[in-house]
Amino acid sequence: MEEEDLTGKLKTMLYLNGVSVSFDGFKALNNLSIIVHPNEMLAIIGPNGAGKTTMMDIITGKTRPDDGEVLFDGRTDLTKLDEAAIANLGIGRKFQKPTVFESQTVWDNLEMALKKPRGVFSTLGYVAANDDIERIDHILETIRLSSRKGDLASGLSHGQKQWLEIGMLLAQDPKLLLVDEPVAGMTDAETVETAKLLKDIARTRSVVVVEHDMSFVRELGTRVTCLAEGSVLAEGTLDQVSANPIVIERYLGR
Amino acid sequence: MITHRILRALDDKAVWVVSILLLVALAVPFSSLVLPDGHPLHLPNYAVPLFGKYLNYAMLALALDLVWGYCGILSLGHAAFFALGGYAMGMYLMRQIGTRGVYGNPVLPDFMVFLNYKELPWFWYGFDNFWFAALIVVLAPGILAFVFGFLAFRSRVTGVYLSIITQALTYALLLAFFRNDLGFGGNNGLTDFKDILGFNVQATTTRAALFAASAIALSLAVLVCSWIVNSKLGKVMIAIRDAESRARFLGYRVDNVKLFAFVVSAVIAGIAGALYVPQVGIINPGEFDPGNSIEVVIWTAVGGRGTIVGPIIGGLLVNAGKSIFTGLWPDYWLFALGGLFIFVTLFMPKGIVGSLRGLLSTLRLRRESGSPKASGPPGTPLVADAQPSPAE
Repeated sequence: MEEEDLTGKLKTMLYLNGVSVSFDGFKALNNLSIIVHPNEMLAIIGPNGAGKTTMMDIITGKTRPDDGEVLFDGRTDLTKLDEAAIANLGIGRKFQKPTVFESQTVWDNLEMALKKPRGVFSTLGYVAANDDIERIDHILETIRLSSRKGDLASGLSHGQKQWLEIGMLLAQDPKLLLVDEPVAGMTDAETVETAKLLKDIARTRSVVVVEHDMSFVRELGTRVTCLAEGSVLAEGTLDQVSANPIVIERYLGR
Repeated sequence: MITHRILRALDDKAVWVVSILLLVALAVPFSSLVLPDGHPLHLPNYAVPLFGKYLNYAMLALALDLVWGYCGILSLGHAAFFALGGYAMGMYLMRQIGTRGVYGNPVLPDFMVFLNYKELPWFWYGFDNFWFAALIVVLAPGILAFVFGFLAFRSRVTGVYLSIITQALTYALLLAFFRNDLGFGGNNGLTDFKDILGFNVQATTTRAALFAASAIALSLAVLVCSWIVNSKLGKVMIAIRDAESRARFLGYRVDNVKLFAFVVSAVIAGIAGALYVPQVGIINPGEFDPGNSIEVVIWTAVGGRGTIVGPIIGGLLVNAGKSIFTGLWPDYWLFALGGLFIFVTLFMPKGIVGSLRGLLSTLRLRRESGSPKASGPPGTPLVADAQPSPAE
């Protein structure tokens, strides 16, 4: 039986409709609606406390919304699943603060992220196949950490950790990437490289980038949504959004 | 195929430890049984079960390290699993006494006759068979750990809260086993054992055999733990220890991984307890004392958590120290133990093994300084080098 698709939500990769959540009376998200299509990149900007991280928490199952629809791939209701199940559906998340496994090597970080059965016993009996080794080597090249693969992740620079985390996302082979402030603490050159990398990734996957750095968002050259106080303030190209008087008033400053 | 995988997963260190343990498993019985009495290397009769006891403690420390050092679960109730394994073995030994008890009852152990039991409680059935007792040695701690872990990990009880409820667990068991009407000998526990598998538990040969069994059991535990921590699952355990929610967002079921480690650890602890009881000749509720579990944490911390060798060295050294110290200054042992724990926490947070390893790698770096640092091959077992995060 063909499902009715009046809103076109079946064709979306991520579909948030009227999502609200409050913590102790504080409305972190207020009737938030966002759509991301397959192979599309969306940049989300907004002042601190706008609800950007809460939105990611809801998509990845860390927080449950009080109200609203959260659908992945047009049909899977994410509000019913936990973090591990959502990750295995194909949603990868990069945190604001780079969180790699510091006491383990770059290689091991990627090996753990590699898309493979996650069960206890299949993990216990895992032996890296040649394909896996090739894939990790390929990712290492992409994130330029080939020469550091045997080093502990704690020894990497801040920017390298950010890249390792992006590499871990790639290893997970997700359909949707949620990337929280990927260029925080990066040099200008690294920022440009990261934008290139993300644009490359977005050719085959959907990517949601939360970022404060306007020049980076410009570099991404993609659709922009500005959040404030838990709902969408403006949408469009960066130029349209940053010309919007309400955005200037509430976020960019006069 | 499986053995091949296991062999590949083992690192040199585990092979060394196992070789030494197997050597000891031969040497101590040899010294006790073959060498004549006056020989300088002849072990006196009391020393064999004493050393065997140290090995059982070392095995308990290794079990704790699997969950604490590698998976970040600070269990302050691990002696409970040890004691449960011990009780299962004690029940078997009690039923081997037969008519040789004070009251000469062929079925009921002395304490039951004394407490006016008319028949054997149902949960004592089967313990006249060694295989049944051996099964319970594994199942009792395993099932308790499974149920407890399932509830605790699924509810995401972590850190200090988990430690507190593990203390409560062992304390509850302590109180329960103190009760006469529970049917496990109450305050006095189980003792006055005669035979194990038809051999006199007091005999020099039996003691030597029990020692060898303890050494072999410990080496098997080393193999199992080493296999686990060197596998990808071991890496995930460390990942959970260091950044639990990150591991969850990678798609790993953190509660299942923790549950696996917890159950394996409890079973190892139970087997250690079962080997301990025939060597010391008694098991009583005192083994459930929360203080015992905390001592295990100290052994592990002293030896070096997050390593395979560390807890074994810690368990052996601290207990040997305890035997010597309590002989000389019996009143001051707890002060010494507390002082040792504070010293290790402040000055050697990685324990003996971790500190030595740090020293060695510093020396190596100094020697190699100037030359570019070579990157290890994929899958280098650096896992064992991981530094545990500070205790919670």
